[in-house]
Amino acid sequence: MDNITHSVTLDASKCKGCINCIKKCPTEAIRVRNGKAVIISDHCIDCGECIRACPHHAKKAISDPLSLMDNYKYKVALPAPSLYGQFQSIRDVNIILTALLDVGFDDVFEVALAAQSISDYTKDILPETRDLLSGPVISSACPVIVKLISVRYPGILDNVLKVITPVELAAIAARSKVIRDTGFKPDEIGVFFISPCPSKITASKYRIGYNESVIDGVFSMSEMFVKLHPAIEKTEPKNLATAGVRGIKWAFSGGEGSAINESLFIAVDGIDNVIRVLDEIENDKLKNVRFVELNACPGGCVGGCLSVENPFVARARIQRIGMEFIEDKDNASIDSDLYSTDVLNWQFVPEYNSTLRIDADRSIALRKLADIENLLETLPGIDCGSCGAPSCNALAEDIVNGSALEADCVFRLRERMSELFRDMSVLQDYMSPPFRDSNEIL
Amino acid sequence: MVNDNKSDTLIQKYTVCANDFASAGAASASVKKTLKQLGFSPDFIRRTSIAMYEGEINMVIHGGGGIAEAEIAENYVKITLTDEGPGIADIDLAMREGFSTASESVRELGFGAGMGLPNIKKQADEINLSSEVGVGTTLVISLFSGA
Repeated sequence: MDNITHSVTLDASKCKGCINCIKKCPTEAIRVRNGKAVIISDHCIDCGECIRACPHHAKKAISDPLSLMDNYKYKVALPAPSLYGQFQSIRDVNIILTALLDVGFDDVFEVALAAQSISDYTKDILPETRDLLSGPVISSACPVIVKLISVRYPGILDNVLKVITPVELAAIAARSKVIRDTGFKPDEIGVFFISPCPSKITASKYRIGYNESVIDGVFSMSEMFVKLHPAIEKTEPKNLATAGVRGIKWAFSGGEGSAINESLFIAVDGIDNVIRVLDEIENDKLKNVRFVELNACPGGCVGGCLSVENPFVARARIQRIGMEFIEDKDNASIDSDLYSTDVLNWQFVPEYNSTLRIDADRSIALRKLADIENLLETLPGIDCGSCGAPSCNALAEDIVNGSALEADCVFRLRERMSELFRDMSVLQDYMSPPFRDSNEIL
Repeated sequence: MVNDNKSDTLIQKYTVCANDFASAGAASASVKKTLKQLGFSPDFIRRTSIAMYEGEINMVIHGGGGIAEAEIAENYVKITLTDEGPGIADIDLAMREGFSTASESVRELGFGAGMGLPNIKKQADEINLSSEVGVGTTLVISLFSGA
């Protein structure tokens, strides 16, 4: 797993070479070649839209095998808040947390608790961060968004909150707690995240703003669901819950914004809506908004493509769990010694690395762009996808960059063929001078 | 968009429609994408697109629509906005922050605060505004990129 930089990948044996995924990819990162979808690695932001779009289940997210746990003496589960919405008729978080112990973990640390601390920290630094910007502060909790901004929106990279994600903080806090409470050495402790989406798998391995990962493995929520479901039926719940509904609500769109108690925030979910709002922020049109919560998945993390339940039901269940809380844990937090800028701020800001750029040499790029525009005038402009590229524009770019041919367009191919037929029929009527009837010249 | 390309510059022409607030900004958004494709610096892209957007909005509100033309070269962008609107009677006054002739209905939409032209001047390296009452207005905005 160490050599990959993406968790979204293709199961070639299932791929039929259709155009469903190429049309849904928000960064036009997929082409169909030789009957199979090919992901252009640099352009992929791990959003999982292709996983959702593929009718043949050929797109998948690579997570770690559950057997990875065997490599560690003390295993800690980090359940994402969205896990709480996956099970029918569960009104007590303790049932889910105890079931995690029943399936082989030695301890659980709720990501929702870390989310409450990140909310506190965001609330603390929001005024000064906002004062330095002309537009709103943008949440960095969804790794798809951070990746998208760093490859497409250079002008607003400054607006991104340079703070670690709740799962990273949960991993750091869990490890230090286990070391303190049990005496296990750091490398004997395995910290495992149960993820609702591929982007969080990728981000756990390749941390944004950091060189090293703090998470030992990431398990898919749908795979964990299969193990947890029977355990939940039998479990004797222990009192393990540490987080309040304030942290758990991070599972759905609007939860993060309401947890920082910011009145002028907007919460936007679904990658197309996100792109529209990022365009507006870049154009300086959202000056009056203070905080923007962005989630690539519809409905927020409950809509992640590794979750089992549909996002609307999952959201309703989480809200119901919130209503059943007897004790108010909304102000609970991680250990205060971890609540510091050293722990919570990114170590560095990833460089803007445009994937839109046509060529590193601007004079060549100018020429290529002119060629693309000229080519576009000859293409049908109906974005049919039959050439294996998602749009005529993408095909024109591919042609200019040498990875496709004009004849790849079925319409252009047809035009070429009718031109050839016309030439052939003219030639067919042509007679050499000895066989002509008169002195006619063709 | 119409293009009329020479070898070393890219010319992009757009028609800007009067009072069409829904699609206002389309021309500057398209130019912004082009600048990203050419690898201009984030700051340069930001200044260009803000200046062009403001100019485009001016044509929507005041100019009765017009033509926006962007000439993009290796180290500069020149935007020419031409309209056949009412023209500007007093250019010095129009350049002043807070001065606006926008109607109440336009202000209700959040435009017409009198910051358009001053903001264009702030973002651009060079501007050239020529106008004749009853004939129209031409605004040329230039930005020069170091690299």
